[in-house]
Amino acid sequence: MKNILEIENLTKFYNKSFKALENINLNIKEGEIFALLGPNGAGKSTLINSICGIVNFNTGTIKINDMDIIKNYRSTRKITGIVPQELNLETFETVWNNVNYTRGLFGKKPDHKYIEKLLRQLSLWDKKDNKIKELSGGMKRRVLIAKALSHQPKLLFLDEPTASVDVELRKDMWDVVKKLNKDGVTIILTTHYIEEAEELSDRVAVINEGKIILIDEKDKLIKKLGEKTIKIELIQPIDKINGNLSKYNFTLEQSNSVLSHTYNLSSNITDITELLNDVKKDGYKIKDVSMEQSSLEQIFVKLIKENNNELVRN
Amino acid sequence: MNWYGIKAIYVHEMERFKRTLFQSLASPIITTSLYFVVFGSAIGSRITEIDGINYGSYIVPGMIMLTILTQSISNASFAFYFPRFTNTIYEILAAPLSSFEIVLGFVGAAASKSLIIGCVIILTANFFVDVRIDHPFLMMFFLILTSITFALFGFIIGMYAEGFEGLQIIPILVITPLVFLGGSFYSINMLPEFWQKISLLNPVLYLISGFRYSFYEVSDVSLFTSTLTIFTILISCIIFITYTFSKGYKIKD
Repeated sequence: MKNILEIENLTKFYNKSFKALENINLNIKEGEIFALLGPNGAGKSTLINSICGIVNFNTGTIKINDMDIIKNYRSTRKITGIVPQELNLETFETVWNNVNYTRGLFGKKPDHKYIEKLLRQLSLWDKKDNKIKELSGGMKRRVLIAKALSHQPKLLFLDEPTASVDVELRKDMWDVVKKLNKDGVTIILTTHYIEEAEELSDRVAVINEGKIILIDEKDKLIKKLGEKTIKIELIQPIDKINGNLSKYNFTLEQSNSVLSHTYNLSSNITDITELLNDVKKDGYKIKDVSMEQSSLEQIFVKLIKENNNELVRN
Repeated sequence: MNWYGIKAIYVHEMERFKRTLFQSLASPIITTSLYFVVFGSAIGSRITEIDGINYGSYIVPGMIMLTILTQSISNASFAFYFPRFTNTIYEILAAPLSSFEIVLGFVGAAASKSLIIGCVIILTANFFVDVRIDHPFLMMFFLILTSITFALFGFIIGMYAEGFEGLQIIPILVITPLVFLGGSFYSINMLPEFWQKISLLNPVLYLISGFRYSFYEVSDVSLFTSTLTIFTILISCIIFITYTFSKGYKIKD
């Protein structure tokens, strides 16, 4: 698949001293959903704003569809849309005027049929004549998405698309994002809701202190850095682990009645059948067995922790 | 050129003007009427003619200039500061628009509003005094050029202002005193020689003088100097805006 976005050695300073982005290199494939994860202040929004031309960057190059975003800003911006993190809208304007205004800004001639279709898709048609100030937070978020899509972009940036929206609306938003992607829009989203990245993305990058510390496919990342824990609840508590079980690095939990063993998903060294046979051979009676797999959130926290420790050491 | 983009900004700004049409027009009309009542009738009736022109009529160009300058500045500064304040500026910056096109949209709308208000003031003045326009094309030339120039100046204020209070500082502390001291209500020939020389340092004097010439063929300074002054301010504003946009200062930093 062709790269729709290519970033090379991107650096951005604020006030000439604070390095918000440091040597960012990133390629985004056409048609994918890419999640940019990172704690607050990591540089996610600065990266998106640099790509979209909202802030100037200091060094490096950014290309969209093989075109430099500075030299060919008209062509690159025409195919780019952005949904900002904050609910930045003209509150005294109607939904209809707001969306048509953005389409005009992006150099497209009025197309009321398309805007109507878009507003219907986003369940905003009934509210088209309402002023923004009369809408709920969730509706405002939808208006921002409608504005970003008003000029039919190929590359869409969603900066914290579900920040401060309720669970039900978040699920609705995810459906909207999936539908857009199905229609051929490449999506880059920043989030610190890990389950959002887990639900939506094909690939994930983790950014911390202005640096990308990891980029990988979501499933590979979970497999590579994820862990699984098997918990075996015994009928009778035991004093200590010995016999066949000593080779498994078990720990005893909950009044010595639960054997817990954590192993890396990539290692493939734990044979569960053999493990359970060994438990049986040692004469223990099993009450229950459960498995827990680390989520992207746990991987993310682990990565950021390791990265912060490394930064402190350096 | 992104004509649709320019049109979007222009129409968006004019819609705001339409929404607040009553306030936009009522305020300058009432203020101007009060000036005519106080200076034209009450005080003006005791002042003899200036350069052969009835005092009430003499102050009309100055009154229009005062309104045009303040309205152009406030319209343009508010228009550009408001999206900065609400953070809706992001979509203007992310759109395929050059800095020239952005300025054209905002300044075009601000200047248009000022022109409409200026024309309404001329009509209002007719209710109070006799208004004669000897050179209508020259009058329109000055009116349009001044509206554009001071809308550009207002745009600069909108780019640099840190708050709504900041939008008011320059118009109140700089522009209004310059207009009042720039011969709006008098001819500088009525001042002592020292103050005449000081008045010549005031750029607004040249605008009012040129504008008054288009009405009554009387002026404090030559028409050429007036035209040169307005173009100098215009070009300075363009250079300043171009520089600020190229650096991204206050907008893209």
